[in-house]
Amino acid sequence: MTTRAGREYILSLVAIVLGLVAGAVLMLLSGNNPLLGYLYLFRGGLMNIERLGNTLATATPLIFTGLSVAFAFRTGLFNIGAAGQMLIGGLCATAVGLTFPWSRPVLLAAMLTAALAGGGLWAALPGWLKARFNVHEVVSTIMMNWIAFWTVFYMVPRYFKGPFLETESQKLPDTASLKTQWLSALFNGSYINLGIVLAIVFVALTAFILDQTTFGYELKAVGFNRHAAGVAGINVNRNLILSMTIAGALAGLGGATFYAGYASNMQIGVLPSQGFDGIAVSLLGANSPLGVLGAAIFFGLLHTGKGFMNAMTRIPPEIADTIIATIIYFAATSIMVERVLDRLKRRRAGQLPVAAGRDTIAAPKKGGAR
Amino acid sequence: MWSLITQIFPYAVAFTIPLLITSLGGLFSERSGIVNIGLEGLMIIGMFTGALTISVLEIAMPGAAIWVGLLAAFIAGALFAMLHAFACITLNANQVISGIAVNMVAGALTTYLARNITGSGNILIIHGLVRKDVPVLSALPVIGRLVFTQTYATTWLVLFLVVLSTFTLYKTKFGLRLRACGEHPHAADSAGINVHLVRYLAVMISGAFAGLGGATVIVTYSGEFNGTAAGLGFLALAALIFGQWKPLGILGATFFFGFASTVANVSQAIPALAKISGIYLKTFPYIVTLIALVLSSKSSQAPKALGEPYDKGKR
Repeated sequence: MTTRAGREYILSLVAIVLGLVAGAVLMLLSGNNPLLGYLYLFRGGLMNIERLGNTLATATPLIFTGLSVAFAFRTGLFNIGAAGQMLIGGLCATAVGLTFPWSRPVLLAAMLTAALAGGGLWAALPGWLKARFNVHEVVSTIMMNWIAFWTVFYMVPRYFKGPFLETESQKLPDTASLKTQWLSALFNGSYINLGIVLAIVFVALTAFILDQTTFGYELKAVGFNRHAAGVAGINVNRNLILSMTIAGALAGLGGATFYAGYASNMQIGVLPSQGFDGIAVSLLGANSPLGVLGAAIFFGLLHTGKGFMNAMTRIPPEIADTIIATIIYFAATSIMVERVLDRLKRRRAGQLPVAAGRDTIAAPKKGGAR
Repeated sequence: MWSLITQIFPYAVAFTIPLLITSLGGLFSERSGIVNIGLEGLMIIGMFTGALTISVLEIAMPGAAIWVGLLAAFIAGALFAMLHAFACITLNANQVISGIAVNMVAGALTTYLARNITGSGNILIIHGLVRKDVPVLSALPVIGRLVFTQTYATTWLVLFLVVLSTFTLYKTKFGLRLRACGEHPHAADSAGINVHLVRYLAVMISGAFAGLGGATVIVTYSGEFNGTAAGLGFLALAALIFGQWKPLGILGATFFFGFASTVANVSQAIPALAKISGIYLKTFPYIVTLIALVLSSKSSQAPKALGEPYDKGKR
């Protein structure tokens, strides 16, 4: 526990353990053997190369939404709108993929660009409202989620209706899918697709922007103290808008990898759960790009393994969501864990316990209210 | 036109009432200084508890089962809200994150439990509330037809709670203390008010009301728990802000949402509205909220200490 970052990772690990314990208690209460449950849960996500591929494929959109939330968080903004940005990104990618008969590399590049631009613009509006009118981004991004939900709900059946069902779009042609022959073959025909490569590139890219550039420094300065950053000559409003836009672009890309990679069409009437899970991923990953990568793969593992567990035991697959949600609650209340750790440390050092009253949330403190 | 309005009105009211009571719950929490994004999850808790209680009891005690279910949802909401209160008040956790965690835990946990209980994850109730005319008043011209015919008993319960809450917030010692905690907790503390206790109570009231709101959805227009509140809790939160943290404002905002949503839902059956694409009608309430937030941003009536943990040592 020497560094701040190291401490945050320890707190995340404790939250994971507590979440798994809570899951075990729930399994016990419903009359199942938790050890067997976890055995099948983890085997379901890891036991062969195909399932490993599926774990990574499930993690892919989570990496993007996690990065999205983390990026905005560093500037002191809550991006609750990743779900809507994903939908718009997916819609833009699908629209391009179904419309243009271009060759595969050109088409994929165009689709990803469209998703990036769509998601970015969708989030730029809340960013602008925040900068210009001080409208709280939590509320405006929630509104944008529902506007995106209904936009997809009406646009997909009208312009891209599938041949059989009113509720889904046409299937994307193979040239417009991120699924690739060599990658699928490598993982024995799993869902894995080029999205994971893209995700890892963007993990590196966001880490570089945040930690190595002046722009990243300004973003974090705005996140730590908006007023001080303004006094120091940083254009706060510009950074707020840019931060939201980039966050939205990341979530939009996540939408493209989900709807044109993991899936091959869009369902209407669903707000993708990856949006809210992205908040969980970001929080568990201590808002750092590498942490996000790890947390997303862990959640991908839980989501991939739950079906196998459900097939082998009588535990409902929703246990995975319950475990994730509990982990987030324990991550949010990590001060409790921190107090206990402090007390243990002091006792070991032979000191009397002193009440600790520090603020623990990893996020920059937010001044004022909406 | 008149017949159209009289047709739509009962549905609009039925949709408004759960939003209204949930938003009113949010009012208690936020006026005491605690942001409550968890309203959505607390509604889900109410839906689950209400549906489960009623489905178990309704054979043995038809009629009364509904009211026991509503009471159970009220209590369950208050208890579950303690998770949020504990995180925000005792541990000074980030209130937005805690609220999101509450939403996630509520949705996942209830679905998990429902899957264990029914197998499908849905809980059906056989009998909901029956719409009734209010005696005498329903004979009044115009408003008798609009307001007092075909009403649910929960509508009157909720409206009574609105009046009671307004009185409590503005005319009682507790209400004054609660608002003081949201505006200036240090001043409240120095006047001998237990800020933590008041905030705990406020968050629990918000949970109880949101739970009641969720159960109201079950006993009126839904009849089934399916693991989601479909964004109603978030809409209630938006109505709270749209209504500028005031009971009357909330009443207006939730009714606006209720009416707009109902119009969008029935637009296909109305020739004048069927021409407008559904996308405009469905997104209308959300766009108006965004615009309202912009317009009210200059003179926001938000409680001054909203979202800030109370730290005794801070100046």
